[in-house]
Amino acid sequence: MFDLTKPPANSLSPGRRAWLRFKRNRLGYWSLVTFCLLVGLSLVAELISNDRPLLVRYQGETYFPMVKDYSEKTFGGDFDTSTDYLDPFIRERLRQSGNWALFAPNPYGSKTLNYFAKAPNPSPPTRDNWLGTDDRGRDLLAQLIYGFRVSVLFALALTFTGTVLGIVTGAIQGFFGGKTDLAFQRFIEIWGAMPELYLLIIFSAVFSPSLALLLILLSLFGWMGLSDYVRAEFLRNRQLDYVRAARSLGVSNWLIIRRHLLPNSMTPVVTFLPFRMSGAILALTSLDFLGLGVPPGTPSLGELLSQGKNNIDAWWISLATFAVLVVTLLLLTFMGDALRDALDPRKADAA
Amino acid sequence: MSHSPLLDVCGLSVSFADNEVVHGIDFSIAANERVALVGESGSGKTVSALSLLRLVANAKLGGQARFNGQDLLTMPERELRAVRGRDIAMIFQEPMTALNPLMTVGDQIAEVLTLKTGLAKAQAAQKVIDLLAETGISDAARRVNAFPHQLSGGQRQRAMIAMALACQPRLLLADEPTTALDVSLRGQILDLLVRLQQSHGMAVLLITHDLNLVRRFADRIIVMENGHVVEQGRTAEVFAKPQHPYTQRLIASKPVRDVVEFVGLADDGDVRLKSDLQSDTQEPILPVMVAKGLRVVYPTPLAGVRGWFKHGEFVAVQGATFEVMPGQTFGIMGESGSGKSTLALAALGLLPFQGALHLGGKVWSASARRNTALRRQVQVVFQDPFSSLSPRMTVEEIVGEGLGVHESELTLSQRRQRVVTALLDVGLGTADDAAMAQTLQRYPHEFSGGQRQRLAIARALIIKPGLLVLDEPTSALDVTVQKQVLQLLQHLQRERSLSYLLITHDVDVIRAMAHSVLVMKDGAVVESGPVHQVLMQPQHEYTRILVSVAG
Repeated sequence: MFDLTKPPANSLSPGRRAWLRFKRNRLGYWSLVTFCLLVGLSLVAELISNDRPLLVRYQGETYFPMVKDYSEKTFGGDFDTSTDYLDPFIRERLRQSGNWALFAPNPYGSKTLNYFAKAPNPSPPTRDNWLGTDDRGRDLLAQLIYGFRVSVLFALALTFTGTVLGIVTGAIQGFFGGKTDLAFQRFIEIWGAMPELYLLIIFSAVFSPSLALLLILLSLFGWMGLSDYVRAEFLRNRQLDYVRAARSLGVSNWLIIRRHLLPNSMTPVVTFLPFRMSGAILALTSLDFLGLGVPPGTPSLGELLSQGKNNIDAWWISLATFAVLVVTLLLLTFMGDALRDALDPRKADAA
Repeated sequence: MSHSPLLDVCGLSVSFADNEVVHGIDFSIAANERVALVGESGSGKTVSALSLLRLVANAKLGGQARFNGQDLLTMPERELRAVRGRDIAMIFQEPMTALNPLMTVGDQIAEVLTLKTGLAKAQAAQKVIDLLAETGISDAARRVNAFPHQLSGGQRQRAMIAMALACQPRLLLADEPTTALDVSLRGQILDLLVRLQQSHGMAVLLITHDLNLVRRFADRIIVMENGHVVEQGRTAEVFAKPQHPYTQRLIASKPVRDVVEFVGLADDGDVRLKSDLQSDTQEPILPVMVAKGLRVVYPTPLAGVRGWFKHGEFVAVQGATFEVMPGQTFGIMGESGSGKSTLALAALGLLPFQGALHLGGKVWSASARRNTALRRQVQVVFQDPFSSLSPRMTVEEIVGEGLGVHESELTLSQRRQRVVTALLDVGLGTADDAAMAQTLQRYPHEFSGGQRQRLAIARALIIKPGLLVLDEPTSALDVTVQKQVLQLLQHLQRERSLSYLLITHDVDVIRAMAHSVLVMKDGAVVESGPVHQVLMQPQHEYTRILVSVAG
């Protein structure tokens, strides 16, 4: 009757089963794979899009311009300044017999201005600039690659801080309940009533804009939604019998939170992660679009969108940026949908 | 039966996706007959009944169900809709969710009448009052305007019955109609069903797991197990001579008393084992738990401005006084809402309370740290085996958790050994090391309800407590499993002379387990004393009702 002798076919933890369910959703799974691939590629963007050659062989010697500055004189130039490898003269020298240079596939960095461009800025897509240039003559593809990286890294950081803050505050309210909960809830109501956008505008006027400042300001307001969900989960779980049993075993509060409540309260947190990511990307993009975001010169999707608005006939700027944003947000949304289905308790048993 | 039956089910099968849950069952119901469909949870009894009206979503149905010569399973949806409610009506387990909370009871019943019989509004209104009065709702003319939440559980179920009877159906499907009700109401509702069945001349199919009800109610009984009908026949015959082993087990599942009896339960608490009587020791045995005037209150919000500054009080337990003797079971009996579970939490030191509560001379302290030693003496097993184990911990982590608190000096392998021993003690697992190692790494969702309850018992017993608080330990389990778990508890008590504080609504469980018993109603103690005295000669009217319903 209590047949435990037969080996269990699969003794999978609930987290592992959720992962299998997630994997079975092909759209979500491949979205995750594609997204990770894109992020991975953007992390090594210097190898893909760079105005400096990765490796130079010049007159019998090897140079690593990617990591080291060389003066123009090294390659037979006239001035003691950093080499501009897009300079036709330098290119010519590097092509002489015995010399060679290994360029990145897209020979422009995020800040590279091509002083030797053949067309006026912004230039439509050409053989030199595959996606054209923006209104300052920077290569659009390079801008998009680096802009995507900044957006995703910023979104990851913002999601991380927001999630940690949300879990901690939610856990405190939910676990202790009573007066703690009451006081904290009132605080959240007051805090949530603060005009976030005005504060951002004021602060970006007072301080010099930077990614760190943005991160702090957005984190200060980004945790409240999640906090409520974690609080609700804790309030529900803490009066379940397994928590009561742990209490009656004399398990300490901290251990009950860590071992019993946290793992069982993570469903909303995990489900919201992709949606928080896309929210963070959108927030950064819109702030950049308004000119309240990253400092000038930082590659940014929002700034490109505003360029596209200002140069409405330069269709390649707005179209390419729009495509990158849509693809990124779609991938995140597909992941979020799949994750929500995988963690849905009503579907859990069907697995 | 010579004439053709009212409903003739032939080879009915129900499957969800590729999973067949009902495997071609046959049964029939004659007009004016009371039939009971009996089985444990998961036996397919509810699904079978619901599929007669094609009310199961996403199910593939096979076979035939001829009602009045028409096959219910292949009939067009339009015609079936006419049959539902008019010819075949249904009442559900939980009247609170089966009634629309935003409509008055009267409107809901009138809706059926106007839809199915085409009565005018005024006529329908009068008919509704008659129906409600017929189902025994007092002051029916006023109650028609009540919303479901304004009625008590019993009244709601009566309203449901009135609704089902509105169109004079020829067959009534009653799905666990009394399960959600308190024990004392069950008999009344059942009597009402019998009376209405006779006066309306309809057939009733009662779906239930409660054999006491079946015995009182049904002419015929159909027993289901795992989607098969294993036995059917006249109720008296099946109960007297069950043919199928499953039926035999089901009927024999009434818990059996098998505990060490004590004598000399005197008022002074001086208790001796029967075997100890000869050795004339005068040393009194001390109780493991003494409660005097225990009172537990919950704060309730007050209306208006007053509620900003202070709370009202809801008294959940009032003046409970009792003693739990070593090696004995002290039963606390009462219906839902009587405060018995609150009493359990207070006894565990998990709720603030007033009054005195001594556990072997010690008391609960406000600081959790100082309670650690006491926690080791008192452990708990809860009712619901599904919420009492954390779904994200393995068996080893769950059962071994107490060791981490109370015997943290154990090494990992010692700890594992203790977990294995505890599992074997509660009848889980085998001595086979490899299989056991796998069991330790499994998660609760892979265990059945009875096995989970054993895990909960193992978790409580691993730190060797003297007193175990059992909060409805078996009421969420099927009857056959319930008997096994009770046997395990009796066995453990004999072996380790454990004391139990047993909280239950089930008189049979009390009869099988308890030495002394205390009856609670609405937070107050109604009656207490030795179990045979309370159950055989109940003094209080309420106790008498409880005992009589249990049969």
